[in-house]
Amino acid sequence: MAEIAVRDALNQAIDEEMERDETVCIIGEEVAEYEGAYKVTRGLLKKYGAPRVQDTPITENGFTGLGIGAAMVGLRPIVEWMTFNFSIQALDQVINNAAKMRHMSGGQLKVPIVFRGPNGPAEYLSSQHSQALQSVYAHIPGLKVVSISNAYDAKGLLKSAIRDDNPVVFMEAELMYGWKGEVPDEEYLVPIGEAAVQREGDDVTLISFGKTMRPVHEAAEELANQGVNAEVIDLRTLRPLDEETVYASVRKTNRAVIVDEGWPIAGYGSYVGWLIGKNCFDELDAEVELVHSEDVPMPYNHTLELAVQPSTEKVVAAAKRVLYME
Amino acid sequence: MATQSAKKKAKDKYDVSDYEKEFLVGALEEMMLIRRFEEKAAQMYGLRKIGGFFHAYNGQEAISSAAVRALDMKRDYILTAYRDHGHAISCGIDPKFVMAELYGKITGVARGKGGSMHMFDAEKHMLGGNGIVGAQIPVATGVAFAEMYRKKVLGEKNSGCAFCFFGDGAVHQGAFHESLNMASVWNLPAVYVVENNQYGMGTAVSRVSAVTDFDVKAVGYAMSGTQLNGMDFLDVYEGFRAAAKEAIENERPTLIDCKTYRYKGHSISDPAKYRTKDELESFKARDPITLLQGRMHEAGMITDDEYRDIDQRVKDEVQEAVDFAERSDEPALDTMYEDIYVD
Repeated sequence: MAEIAVRDALNQAIDEEMERDETVCIIGEEVAEYEGAYKVTRGLLKKYGAPRVQDTPITENGFTGLGIGAAMVGLRPIVEWMTFNFSIQALDQVINNAAKMRHMSGGQLKVPIVFRGPNGPAEYLSSQHSQALQSVYAHIPGLKVVSISNAYDAKGLLKSAIRDDNPVVFMEAELMYGWKGEVPDEEYLVPIGEAAVQREGDDVTLISFGKTMRPVHEAAEELANQGVNAEVIDLRTLRPLDEETVYASVRKTNRAVIVDEGWPIAGYGSYVGWLIGKNCFDELDAEVELVHSEDVPMPYNHTLELAVQPSTEKVVAAAKRVLYME
Repeated sequence: MATQSAKKKAKDKYDVSDYEKEFLVGALEEMMLIRRFEEKAAQMYGLRKIGGFFHAYNGQEAISSAAVRALDMKRDYILTAYRDHGHAISCGIDPKFVMAELYGKITGVARGKGGSMHMFDAEKHMLGGNGIVGAQIPVATGVAFAEMYRKKVLGEKNSGCAFCFFGDGAVHQGAFHESLNMASVWNLPAVYVVENNQYGMGTAVSRVSAVTDFDVKAVGYAMSGTQLNGMDFLDVYEGFRAAAKEAIENERPTLIDCKTYRYKGHSISDPAKYRTKDELESFKARDPITLLQGRMHEAGMITDDEYRDIDQRVKDEVQEAVDFAERSDEPALDTMYEDIYVD
């Protein structure tokens, strides 16, 4: 077991899959000579050369569509979006082509492609650069949507995503690239569609995914200090959602707090809340809580931007509300 | 006007007697089949057997028929927009499966999931059928990227090219410009064909475009641009052959402005009040089927009887397609959950 950063875990996944399969390639802005805006593709141009590691012009719609076309005829491209904020430029290609091609062709075509990059707010970037767009992608049938929170899953899930025959939207986060975690020396895969119970407890279920897993674990620690045993679930895949792992936990704890750094209206967390309400109604001892970002565009000011987002304190408070501790 | 001069020149450029009779008869029959197919399907639309958007190819048949003859469809690919029935038939999809798709039946090319705008046959290298204006252009560029990759990375000897068709309306989408730039920078075997039928829905090209000849756009992407007379099968065929050669042998993309005209409105439900009868008639006077048949007739390559036989054959084939669609089953309700993910 080596302890490596998320960016290096992602790099290893791409490197191993490119080594294993010559049809795997990576395209995007600054992925080759600059080695990635966040250095995820470090060393890959030198090892594989162009066009397997291909810099693109700043044309998100164009190179995303290009990846889709290449996938339709046998390549397995990884499209790097410098951030998901820029993926909005490519939304037509993802929603209308990647997600629909198999359907429109009556099952004749497949689109084995990964769209990956950092999603959600970083710091001091204001509203255009600080958006958590998971709900937009999770809304679309035909896509798979993955959100990682640690180095182990980063590597194992990205390898699975690259091998998947469907379009996979793979969400990382700027602030997460330096997070370190243990990664096995031998090869492993983490399957798409399986949530992880990362901490066991009986009193309340905390459910999240992506970067907010960090405040969720901090909240679980804080709650433990106050005598509350929280169970922590990392959804890891938003589409298809591992509903059973969520229900099994809620049926045990009878209480649920969902943490989603997206906006609340028509948000992914709201959907999970509805599912729990519908499927665990008789087992719930309290209303389901949702900790979400404030329903505002992200301000630049640091105090304000932190106040907008879910935090350890907000998660602890929500857990205490469903436990009637406040 | 450049268009006029190009047409005049094209008329004298190729002589039918330089081509095999079988080749020309094949092309003529295919164009007639597409014409009959569209006429019959429009009738069936009128009877409410077919619903939704229906963009007829009448008038543009020379283009798809020339394309499949200029290409090696075992190796090359065709992608187009929503006016795609002609391309589907040219690519060799049996008209009965196209008609069944229009009917929304389970026997249709896309099992009733796609309809008029989404005709596909992966094995025949017909990759749709796209309903968003210009959205197929980056995708086609990606197919060309994969062909380049096959050659450069995988070392395959028989890599092909991608022919991308779109209307004059699509030229103003960012997707067009982004694609041409990438194709040029990376030397992709892509051929971009504007089927310039003079109208983007109900809007004349001149009302929304700074230029009406689109081959000039090639200059900004350092690729060659040519103009073809889309009403003249041989002009289109030779132009496409040259572009395919440029793509595969010289590894360079081409932009082609193919001047054509659609006889019907944008879709079947459009009465096309934005244009004059005289304009329509002036193009019908240069009808691609009549033009080719007339030249073959002049050169003694087809008799009136032979023409009538072909006409009867395509009528029968289209009727068979309708009969097939009529007697095919509706998709079962649970098929709605199929064809979304690969398991």
